[in-house]
Amino acid sequence: MPAAIEIRDVHKRFGDLQALSGIDLEVSEGEFFGLLGPNGAGKTTLISVLAGLVRADRGSARIMGHEVRADYRAARRALGVVPQELVFDPFFTVRETLHLQSGYFGMRNNRAWIEEVMHNLDLTSKADVNMRSLSGGMKRRVLVAQALVHKPPVIVLDEPTAGVDVELRQALWQFIRRLNRDGHTIVLTTHYLEEAEALCARIAMLKQGRVVALDSTANLLKRVHHLFLRLRLQGELPAELRALEHGSDADARVLRLKGYDDVEQALASVRRAGCRIEEMELVQPDLEDAFVDVMRRS
Amino acid sequence: MSGFATLLYKEVLRFWKVSTQTVGAPVLTAALFLFIFGHVMEGRVRMYDSVPYAAFLVPGLVMMSLLQNAFANSSSSLIQSKITGNIIFVLLPPLAYWEFFAAYVLAAVVRGMVVGSAVLLVTLPFVEVEFRHPLWILAFAFLGSAVLGALGMMAGIWAEKIDQVASFQNFLIMPLTFLSGVFYSIHSLPPFWQRFSHFNPFFYMIDGFRYGFFGVSDVHPLRSIAVVAAFLVVVSGLTLVVLRSGYKLRH
Repeated sequence: MPAAIEIRDVHKRFGDLQALSGIDLEVSEGEFFGLLGPNGAGKTTLISVLAGLVRADRGSARIMGHEVRADYRAARRALGVVPQELVFDPFFTVRETLHLQSGYFGMRNNRAWIEEVMHNLDLTSKADVNMRSLSGGMKRRVLVAQALVHKPPVIVLDEPTAGVDVELRQALWQFIRRLNRDGHTIVLTTHYLEEAEALCARIAMLKQGRVVALDSTANLLKRVHHLFLRLRLQGELPAELRALEHGSDADARVLRLKGYDDVEQALASVRRAGCRIEEMELVQPDLEDAFVDVMRRS
Repeated sequence: MSGFATLLYKEVLRFWKVSTQTVGAPVLTAALFLFIFGHVMEGRVRMYDSVPYAAFLVPGLVMMSLLQNAFANSSSSLIQSKITGNIIFVLLPPLAYWEFFAAYVLAAVVRGMVVGSAVLLVTLPFVEVEFRHPLWILAFAFLGSAVLGALGMMAGIWAEKIDQVASFQNFLIMPLTFLSGVFYSIHSLPPFWQRFSHFNPFFYMIDGFRYGFFGVSDVHPLRSIAVVAAFLVVVSGLTLVVLRSGYKLRH
């Protein structure tokens, strides 16, 4: 069975900027895959290569076994892309937009599916409203719907929740999760790392056009060996602990410790200094910590 | 519908939704040209020895409106889509570059034909016009609007700003149509400008089109149709090469 996405040694240069430098990636069918990286890491360029919007200088990319240039028709039929920019065609209503998008893919008798997609994305009441009149959140939903009208097995979402309110974000993820459960392969880029941690089973981290980490989310989290001790104290933090201070939130101090053994020592220091602990919490590292770690080391 | 048919339908729907601006406005402009020039020149000039000036002017105005609107359709659609970013919706689907080309050019032909027919209909109650060779009329209308549709695509693909398309229209398309014999027969020009007009492909479009109405023209219609068809082949070939390369569309 071919991989849902197979990227081999993909290079892309824009003038002086080497946007992608030998990317190798494979995403299996049915995976929920995250593509993370700072701005300018090459995430959108890589997605654009998959979508045929950008042509790689070297290497190959396949969607469901179809090479994106040589076999572009099959490759594009297998791929749905939700672009990062909030783009729309101001001439058409929501329903017209979706019917046109479906028609571009040569879908016939697709009315029922389009109505279902609109229903699932809570767009039915806006079906005959012109795109110009929709709020940003609604336009975002239409972009998701447009990516789904041709029932692609692989769906790529390029920062779909950027600038979206919490309610819509939750609703979107619920819907995307369901698509994933139904067998769709999902690739997601996002700046909200807690979102990626909660949703993606496997993650690739990109930096300056290279893959600098590629592992399951659980393994990436395990790579971070430190943990955090959050303390609310009555009194000053002892001097020997100040070097471990990672930050503070509200009225509490956060210490970055190498492991559980250090917890005992930190508490002993606090006791020795005569401070009273009013509140204490051990916080496990999250994907953001893993991300920062990987980016610093690579 | 196939992807090609959908894109063609969308391009037609796009201009039809704003038909006041895309059909009504050019019809009004052409009608004003006809009434003002027709009135001023009334009884003073007869073209081809027997054709009243207003009747001579009608096919020229029809063709001019048709050409300019065919160009405007493909160029404005592409540049607007590029600027707003919604071009992505037609780049993501499995459309071949030649389907893309055919859809935009045929939509331009439809717009050109609709505007041309509307101009003709508006002028008919006021000016008596003959229709000697309707097939020539249709052939030149189709080929002329296809050429301008393809030129509009080139402009839309090349331009990065709306004013670049406007420059293309104002400094190339407009002078070439105005200097192509819309308002005069080139036989009324000094010899140098007569020869010069023969290098303007738009002249053959209008001259051949006019032949369809009156059965007389400055050059033989077969020569005109050969020139226009050759021009279409060249412009289409260039546009297809540009589209295939992905120039300014697929980076």
